[in-house]
Amino acid sequence: MGDTAPSAPTDSAEFERIEASDRFKELKRRHRSFVFPVAALFLVWYFAYVLLADYAHDFMATPVLGNINVGLVLGLLQFVSTFAITTWYVSFANKRLDPIAEEIRTDAEAGILTTGTDTTTDSKGAVR
Amino acid sequence: MTIGEPILNISIFGAFVAVTLVIVLRASRNNKTAADYYAAGRSFSGGQNGTAIAGDYLSAASFLGICGAIAINGYDGFLYSIGFLVAWLVALLLVAELLRNTGKYTMADVLSFRLRERPVRMAAATATLAVCFFYLLAQMAGAGGLVSLLLGINEAIGQSVVIAVVGALMILYVLVGGMKGTTWVQIIKAALLIVGAGVMTIWVLALYGFNLSDLLGAAAANSDTPVLEPGVQYGLTDLTRLDFLSLALALVLGTAGLPHVLMRFYTVPTAKEARRSVVWAIWAIGIFYLFTLVLGYGAGALIGKETITTAPGGVNSAAPLLAFELGGPVLLGIISAVAFATILAVVAGLTITAASSFAHDVYASVIKRGKVSPNGEVRVARITVVVIGILAIVGGIGVQGQNVAFLVALAFAIAASANLPTIIYSLFWKRFTTTGALLSMYGGLGSALLLIVLSPVVSGAETSIFKTVDFSVFPLNNPGIVSIPLGFLLGWLGSYLPGRKEDAAKASEMEVRSLTGIGAEKATSH
Repeated sequence: MGDTAPSAPTDSAEFERIEASDRFKELKRRHRSFVFPVAALFLVWYFAYVLLADYAHDFMATPVLGNINVGLVLGLLQFVSTFAITTWYVSFANKRLDPIAEEIRTDAEAGILTTGTDTTTDSKGAVR
Repeated sequence: MTIGEPILNISIFGAFVAVTLVIVLRASRNNKTAADYYAAGRSFSGGQNGTAIAGDYLSAASFLGICGAIAINGYDGFLYSIGFLVAWLVALLLVAELLRNTGKYTMADVLSFRLRERPVRMAAATATLAVCFFYLLAQMAGAGGLVSLLLGINEAIGQSVVIAVVGALMILYVLVGGMKGTTWVQIIKAALLIVGAGVMTIWVLALYGFNLSDLLGAAAANSDTPVLEPGVQYGLTDLTRLDFLSLALALVLGTAGLPHVLMRFYTVPTAKEARRSVVWAIWAIGIFYLFTLVLGYGAGALIGKETITTAPGGVNSAAPLLAFELGGPVLLGIISAVAFATILAVVAGLTITAASSFAHDVYASVIKRGKVSPNGEVRVARITVVVIGILAIVGGIGVQGQNVAFLVALAFAIAASANLPTIIYSLFWKRFTTTGALLSMYGGLGSALLLIVLSPVVSGAETSIFKTVDFSVFPLNNPGIVSIPLGFLLGWLGSYLPGRKEDAAKASEMEVRSLTGIGAEKATSH
């Protein structure tokens, strides 16, 4: 298995301890309660658009401004919503996910230094 | 029919290739270890890597295929742009960062993290090779069409020679440069492609007084079908409507399962940079697709359906024909060189992905059971590059004349059926088992491949590979609507079958690592 998992600076009991910690649970909760609803949202919006384009030709052909019709406007709104969700997620991740992930990582890596293992250099030495 | 000056076209193209090769040679001086060869020493910034992702993604299908589809079928062609773009949200929200935190070089690293390594690696490598192969075929078909237009080569033998030359260049790129080299090629080519398409977009809009409505009106006036409304291509019968849905599903779920895109998440130092590169890629790709909307309708308005479909290269020739209409042989030469470089670079990216997958997942991990020096692995990767290059040349010659964006959508369907369910399950569902993964990957891959073989793409229709025989019992062109749900279902079902319990500690480790980045591979220090 050596090649699959680059050896971590922590052993598996350590990972289970981190997983059970409140800080990690909070990180996981924040991550999932953002990405799942937002993923559902954009998928519903995308398929609503696809179904309209597929089965509601007359509605999509309704003129809005000159030759620009509802279909084109909805299509361009897919671009707008994609850009908006991207920006929204980045600001969420920077503010709500990164700091807590960083904390957990720093603590875990510091923890191993005090116990004196150096598996890291071994496994990476083989790669270099 | 010949457009432009073949000698001028080729000179501009040749100059471009020479410049990029020099850059590849310079960039590859420090190219020694396995991490360097596959993952470019993980030393790229998010912006550089994002541009490279855009370069990998904006293939012949995006430029030639979408422009042509919009020029001929109008609104129905627009779906490709929207699906290809929205798909990036799946990659951004659910896959990119978690993958960067848990893997090393390839998709299989992540999938086999907490499952039984050898069978899962083998399945992941098989799926990777299948996706890369279909993607490569599409690029080769695009290259053949483009060059036949440029050089006025109509006969199949001439086009075959051209495909062989493209293949040889591609092998050279990858052999000399490795991932770092191809990343630079992608960056340069993405910038050129976006700038080139941008200039043409402004030019087309200027002809219509920067009034989009007037441009659309001119496109509609120049066509015998209602190109501004949906349904020109897919609105004919209930079956074609279902096919549209199937295509839409494959497009939106395919991206996050594309192995050559996933591999790009490993060329950055941290998950944060992986996120930054996806954001960068989304903006670049989105803006490019807005350009293709104008270019597609512009080609419809200024050139017309008749001329495009009868030109060498057919529907894929809309963008280069538009360049000729706007700026004569010089712009045609430049745009064609950019399109050509696009294909070359995408082919190189796909080849190295397939090669890494074979060398790292099959050779090093399954055949040699991890007992191989990194140098040995790189040597196998290089040999694989040559073999895949030859296969791609032969395959490309076989499918010349096929529709590009459509062939790529098949690769998307395979990726979404075979790879995405297992990626999502192993990142988010702790109960997921090896049995589930194998059922999902082989089931998704097998059903997608089988349905393609039994579809009108392969037999029975005027555009089929085999026109004279008919074994097309599956009526849809894109298998996604069946094979993608099947992939997800099998993964879920397989995990409830009795079987070996998975290592709970490994599952915990993967979950912690994926979210926090503990123990993730860092940048190498040169």
